[in-house]
Amino acid sequence: MQNYQLNHLDQLESEAIYIMREVAGQFEKPALLFSGGKDSIVLVHLALKAFRPGRLPFPLVHVDTGHNFEEVLQFRDYLANKLGEKLIVRKVEDTIQRQHLTEPKGKFASRNALQTYTLLETIEEFGFDACIGGARRDEEKARAKERIFSVRDEFGQWNPKLQRPELWNTYNGKVAKGENVRVFPISNWTELDVWNYIRRENIELPSIYFAHERTCVEFQNQLVALSEFVQLEPSDKVVKVGVRYRTVGDMTCTAAVPSQARTLDEVINEITVTRTSERGETRIDDRASEAAMEDRKRNGYF
Amino acid sequence: MDILRFITAGSVDDGKSTLIGRLLYDSKSIMVDHLETLEKQSKNKNEDGIDLALLTDGLRAEREQGITIDVAYKYFTTPKRKFIIADAPGHVQYTRNMVTGASNSDLIIILVDARHGVAEQTRRHTLIASILAIPNVVVAVNKMDLVGFSEDVFNNILIDYHALIKDMNFRSVQFIPLSALNGDNIVEKSEKITWYEGVSLLDYLETIPLENAINLEISRFPVQYVVRPQTPELHDYRGYAGAIRSGIYRVGDKIQVLPSGLESTITKIEIGEKEVQEAFAPQSVILHLADDIDISRGDLIVRTEENNQPTLSKEIEAVLCWMDDSKPLAKGNKYLLQLNTRTVRAIVQEVEYKIDVHSLEKIQAPEKVLLNDLVKVKLKTAQVLAYDSYKTLRENGGAILIDETSHTTVGACMLE
Ligand SMILES: Nc1nc2c(ncn2[C@@H]2O[C@H](COP(=O)(O)OP(=O)(O)O)[C@@H](O)[C@H]2O)c(=O)[nH]1
Repeated sequence: MQNYQLNHLDQLESEAIYIMREVAGQFEKPALLFSGGKDSIVLVHLALKAFRPGRLPFPLVHVDTGHNFEEVLQFRDYLANKLGEKLIVRKVEDTIQRQHLTEPKGKFASRNALQTYTLLETIEEFGFDACIGGARRDEEKARAKERIFSVRDEFGQWNPKLQRPELWNTYNGKVAKGENVRVFPISNWTELDVWNYIRRENIELPSIYFAHERTCVEFQNQLVALSEFVQLEPSDKVVKVGVRYRTVGDMTCTAAVPSQARTLDEVINEITVTRTSERGETRIDDRASEAAMEDRKRNGYF
Repeated sequence: MDILRFITAGSVDDGKSTLIGRLLYDSKSIMVDHLETLEKQSKNKNEDGIDLALLTDGLRAEREQGITIDVAYKYFTTPKRKFIIADAPGHVQYTRNMVTGASNSDLIIILVDARHGVAEQTRRHTLIASILAIPNVVVAVNKMDLVGFSEDVFNNILIDYHALIKDMNFRSVQFIPLSALNGDNIVEKSEKITWYEGVSLLDYLETIPLENAINLEISRFPVQYVVRPQTPELHDYRGYAGAIRSGIYRVGDKIQVLPSGLESTITKIEIGEKEVQEAFAPQSVILHLADDIDISRGDLIVRTEENNQPTLSKEIEAVLCWMDDSKPLAKGNKYLLQLNTRTVRAIVQEVEYKIDVHSLEKIQAPEKVLLNDLVKVKLKTAQVLAYDSYKTLRENGGAILIDETSHTTVGACMLE
């Protein structure tokens, strides 16, 4: 007898495709936020499954902080080009000039907070009413309560108290003018689900997800890539080590993981046994305060 | 490996947070850095050791007030299953959050404090589970350590609970005596509860059959989006994209499009650009039909050769949970009603009665319908809706009401 049970990856895939199509069905001007990181690469893969042989009903949009890894930017352009889909890039640098923003200072000065300004500018420039993002609920405590369709006001702000009830598989995409919705199709995926899906579907990733030699600065037990954006001090310990990245953000606030895992299987083996969370191991920005993510989200951050 | 989605419910202090914390902790789903934060916070609270309950608290306001307000989703995986927990608050003023969490759940864990037995909250949570048609119930009788692991206490709760649900229709009801704090019967079978012959909670969650979670007898396919590439090579390509909500569709099936009633035959089924001969719920697919008929988002494609056809009507009765905290529901109000992909205008024709969530009695013609109220209503829609009774087919019987001015979701309707 035929087995009419879907395994967990098929269920998650089907749900994500359904959510993408709801975006296409309900909104006038959606966009897919594409950073070249693994979660957004998976989003693009899912979008292809949802809309091919048609074209994607939305452009890919990247907010470039200017502190991105070169390998990732190259991959971003390569993928958009290969698929023949539209890629819109907006630079934080330009927003800084236009809005006279102050650059954060310090050792690992991060433009993480500034990218919110560019994102909001871009949303306004194109009149996007929905932005699809690759955030997952397992990443962080504030994210655990985020809706799949998450409404943001004119200032891009998220108000955890005013979230809409979200029932069954019914997503309410109605918004007032000026408001927009952030949509998270892989909300219910865990980090390991993403990796297992990448393996199953044979999805290409930028090289920095696999072990390579890199010159890093050791900081509070974390390894930060040495780059022109990091201010070295004489006391700093600079080391050349085998590392891979578990997440990809700004060079200044993403830490590398010591690793020898050169293949997808080896990476998945390492992640399966690790007892440190994805953000805990790789994000310097979350350490500032217990509620760091919640505060950033209120201000329009993804 | 498949997925079990469940919700946990209990009165304040029954040990819900401790229980979830225990499941996550013992299944090694809590990461070291999160544990460190927990230890720090536990110290802040002047408690020794780790307070497992802190794990499930998300937002700062909640941390400060020390209560759970919203629905938070938690994930853990064992070699057998992936689990998605909807952690919803228990107080009566958060009924809407519980309804939200319950809408997607295959199972509910209802916590009962062994010392207090079946309480007012237990009744309310069970009623909501029944209205939302959650198929499986686990009654977790917690804090058994405080009643000397007594079999009599457990059996009395079992008898009381059976009386409570005698008119309700759950597929399965399981009772498990446990102590969340000490981990008795959570992951491993307790050595202290020797008289209990069943399995541990986790064992039960890992093995409860899910084959019947989705109805495969009745086929419902709401059209989400029409894929029309309109390129020279794919000039005639026209595919209807959507997720099969229930049932099975095969190439060659005769179908009908509702509400228009137009008929055709399935000529091709695609899943992510691969052709298949059949597809089933909850797969996301693209259907192709033999005839070029008018179909758009919001239409429902059903198989003509099935006995169970949806109701086609503009007059709809429903049990409704009111979710707006700023405006009451009243007769004559107009809303948008969204059922799967179809959205129509609807007017409230009558509020028949309100269900008292404590006594479970019906209060006829209530004066006001406020946040968290459960009421029976008659709605009239501007266009015909093709729907099923929620009791028979959850997948095509749950609709939301949207306020056209605030755009927010204000009601959950279980159609009859
Ligand atoms: N003795 C005992 N205490 C428990 C048990 N489970 C939870 N508690 C305690 O009951 C109190 C309330 O638990 P908590 O998980 O916060 O309850 P919630 O309000 O339902 O989330 C806490 O002090 C727990 O330590 C149990 O099995 N035995």
